[in-house]
Amino acid sequence: MIKAILIFNNHGKPRLSKFYEHYTEDTEQQIIRETFHLVSKRDDNVCNFLEGGMLIGGSDNKLIYRHYATLYFVFCVDSSESELGILDLIQVFVETLDKCFENVCELDLIFHMDKVHNILSEMVMGGMVLETNMNEIITQVDAQNKMEKSEAGIAGAPARAVSAVKNMNLPEIPRNINIGDISIKVPNLPSFK
Amino acid sequence: MPAPIRLRELIRTIRTARTQAEEREMIQKECAAIRSSFREEDNTYRCRNVAKLLYMHMLGYPAHFGQLECLKLIASQKFTDKRIGYLGAMLLLDERQDVHLLMTNCIKNDLNHSTQYVQGVALCTLGCMGSAEMCRDLAGEVEKLLKTSNSYLRKKAALCAVHVIRKVPELMEMFLPATKNLLNEKNHGVLHTSVVLLTEMCERSPDMLAHFRKLVPQLVRILKNLIMSGYSPEHDVSGISDPFLQVRILRLLRILGKGDDDSSEAMNDILAQVATNTETSKNVGNAILYETVLTIMDIKSESGLRVLAINILGRFLLNNDKNIRYVALTSLLKTVQTDHNAVQRHRSTIVDCLKDLDVSIKRRAMELSFALVNGNNVRGMMKELLHFLDMCDPEFKADCASGIFLAAEKYAPSKRWHIDTIMKVLTTAGSYVRDDSVPNLIQLITNSVEMHSYTVQRLYKAVLDDISQQPLVQVASWCMGEYGDLLVSGQCEEEEPIHVTEDEVLDVLEGVLVSNLSSPITRGYALTAIMKLSTRFSSVNRIKRVVSIYGSSIDVELQQRAVEYNALFKKYDHMRSALLERMPIMEKTTTNGPTEILHTNGEAEPSVRDSKHPPNIPQPSSQANDLLDLLGGNDVVPVIQTELPTKPASSGGELLDLLGDLSLSGVPAPAAPISVSQPTFLLDGISSQPLFNDVAGAIPPMTAYNKNGLKIDFTFERSNSNPNVSVITIHASNLTEVDMADFVFQAAVPKTFQLQLLSPSSNVVPGLNKGTVTQVIKVLNPQKQQLRMRIKLTYTHKGSSVQDLAEVNNFPTQSWQ
Repeated sequence: MIKAILIFNNHGKPRLSKFYEHYTEDTEQQIIRETFHLVSKRDDNVCNFLEGGMLIGGSDNKLIYRHYATLYFVFCVDSSESELGILDLIQVFVETLDKCFENVCELDLIFHMDKVHNILSEMVMGGMVLETNMNEIITQVDAQNKMEKSEAGIAGAPARAVSAVKNMNLPEIPRNINIGDISIKVPNLPSFK
Repeated sequence: MPAPIRLRELIRTIRTARTQAEEREMIQKECAAIRSSFREEDNTYRCRNVAKLLYMHMLGYPAHFGQLECLKLIASQKFTDKRIGYLGAMLLLDERQDVHLLMTNCIKNDLNHSTQYVQGVALCTLGCMGSAEMCRDLAGEVEKLLKTSNSYLRKKAALCAVHVIRKVPELMEMFLPATKNLLNEKNHGVLHTSVVLLTEMCERSPDMLAHFRKLVPQLVRILKNLIMSGYSPEHDVSGISDPFLQVRILRLLRILGKGDDDSSEAMNDILAQVATNTETSKNVGNAILYETVLTIMDIKSESGLRVLAINILGRFLLNNDKNIRYVALTSLLKTVQTDHNAVQRHRSTIVDCLKDLDVSIKRRAMELSFALVNGNNVRGMMKELLHFLDMCDPEFKADCASGIFLAAEKYAPSKRWHIDTIMKVLTTAGSYVRDDSVPNLIQLITNSVEMHSYTVQRLYKAVLDDISQQPLVQVASWCMGEYGDLLVSGQCEEEEPIHVTEDEVLDVLEGVLVSNLSSPITRGYALTAIMKLSTRFSSVNRIKRVVSIYGSSIDVELQQRAVEYNALFKKYDHMRSALLERMPIMEKTTTNGPTEILHTNGEAEPSVRDSKHPPNIPQPSSQANDLLDLLGGNDVVPVIQTELPTKPASSGGELLDLLGDLSLSGVPAPAAPISVSQPTFLLDGISSQPLFNDVAGAIPPMTAYNKNGLKIDFTFERSNSNPNVSVITIHASNLTEVDMADFVFQAAVPKTFQLQLLSPSSNVVPGLNKGTVTQVIKVLNPQKQQLRMRIKLTYTHKGSSVQDLAEVNNFPTQSWQ
């Protein structure tokens, strides 16, 4: 069972925290801090598994983490989960976020915390893995977002306009725009591995 | 009131804060705005406010005032509201707040909603934080949804069912009929969650386990399809088709096959297939292989398959990826008990992992190395482990040191090697060694008689260099005290003898005494060692000086010792050599030090092992003169302690006074019982039973005293555990018509014996032989001399008090031989 899912940045600021077991608010914050301490000390070429800190259950629980650019994705699991499997799950989660937000970066997570929660609840429910098929998850999330938008009324007009443009099927943006002597290179946005 | 700001703006504002204080201010302002907005019962903006509240909650600020608002949102008709409301419920509420029960009705309605997404969100919330009561109420709805054809809802219902079962295990049977068709699904999501549900049910109830065993062929088929099927873009992860499902199925197979031959046989083929066909270049393949290995080890697989599994683990160990190595080490640790030989083959790789930089890998490798040590490889392994002990981080040192001691004890090829290894550990990681290893080591050293001079020489050299490591210094002081004469005499078979003078040894010990680095326990060791040397060395004056200095030390323990040793010099000098004799070989009672019981035949060993001893009732040393003699107490309740007395002088004093002052009038009948803290009688292990079922032998009883109507008989027993101990039970009977009240029996024995008197059965000897008073005496007779005893009787008879003395000489030979 997954006990908690935490995302925080290189300075320890929480970007997402979901606990599947009950802790008080104070304890939750302490757990986030403790986990950050444990995980930030790790070198980049050591293994991705750690014993859990004292607050989250000690050596019965493991912390499985992955470090992407400025963010740490940490899953705290107990012994019934396969460690390597969880590593793959983190990968699928990040790829899903990537698809949903288009080249996701930390800012996306900051400003759309509720959307990230929604995506997560399509993947993990009650501490157990619900769905691992990326396309399936995205389909469901999109459908629910559509429902929300249809209810939004006038306040949702700007959002609708943006999505309309996105769906307009523009031709592909050329990599290299050549107008006479001016050559503009379109940057290749980093993709998450 | 202006419209509350959007979540996005709030976040933007908070991000502009430079300090924590600024951020707190902004948040407080916003909280106030939200609170007033809630009070206005504004429906349109409620969801925005709750979203902001959730964000602030994530940052760590209190958000409990939003709980009711979440409930209101859940009750709303709009999907947007419901979504945020349920999210808020999951984050802010839990079963400890009573408010959560209000949700039950809403969830019930939503579970029957027409829109699947509403149903989905409701299921999600129930599955995350549903309390037992909620689960009981809503289990029926969940079960209904489990049978629906909508795969989106079905998979959610399956996981929700798992949560319900976890909270209320009795409801498990309710979900049984719904599970019949679960595995027939095509949708992988549903399959996956169904397998989770089945796993949970099997883990909880052995009946379910038996019931689901028949599903094994179906599971095997599904797994086969997954492996054999070609590329399927939907479920592909790095080239493997739905590895998550494969892993889950393997886990369920493990549970089903454990201990069951038929199921295990059905699985053998597929496991072999998975093990050989899975690609290992990516993490995904390794995850599946790992799960396969674990399954093979757990079920009753054939030996070929097991060897295959261990080889896979061995290959993992050589992998560059740290995660794989970690995982391999963990599983090898689990299997080393059962398949010891197979794991031994990979010993060298495991030992190499000790040198890895990664802390987690090092720890696993260390544990595994200890598990692999056996008689054949102990020398090589120890070398590696000692090297590791030297280099590793402090957090490992304690565990490593204990592990080395245990392994060395079990597999030491020779005593010298054992002592060398211990010395090395003490010198490299001395301060991390556990407290109870010091007595263990001392016992080990005492028992290897031929190594004494070698040991003491090495310890001396080590202590010359460094006195900061307490366990090392403690062991060294003890040895120097015991074997100082060997050290000075310069004999050593094993090594080149070094020339040490008595003064040098005393210098070292005094250095330990005065050093700031020494703990109080170490100082105690050192002082005792110095004292012991007084019988082995000739420079007694120096020792006397040292001992008298510490008579006024601030440390109570040291002061007490010093004063007693002083007394030993002054008054009891003639006993000193006997008391400070060489320690005999100690018997080990357990493998863990603290309960060690030492035989000391009359020798007072004052070196208290460590502070783990229960505190003896401190007696001022002036009692060395007064002594608590056995002729004193009325209700003498001697506690036979298995620890050692710390009052050597007093016990010596008692022996003297037993025969010396049998003055008739002098012995008062004390009103208060004198608390006996020290046993005057050093027994081993016969601790607290006053009598033992021993060979009651054929020792005839005898009448010790018969005068004035009072008859005292002695019956004898010998102890099985210690041949030097005789147990005498006195039976006092009264032939006159009047009872004898305040009856007190006292006894004294010659110097070479030791006596212990237990409490009498009563003080009144009833007249006319109506009853007897019994009392137990234990006599220790190490020198097997003829037992003689002087007894003194006091009682009140017919109003007047009577006292009498007698000598008992006619003990039967069997009682003391």
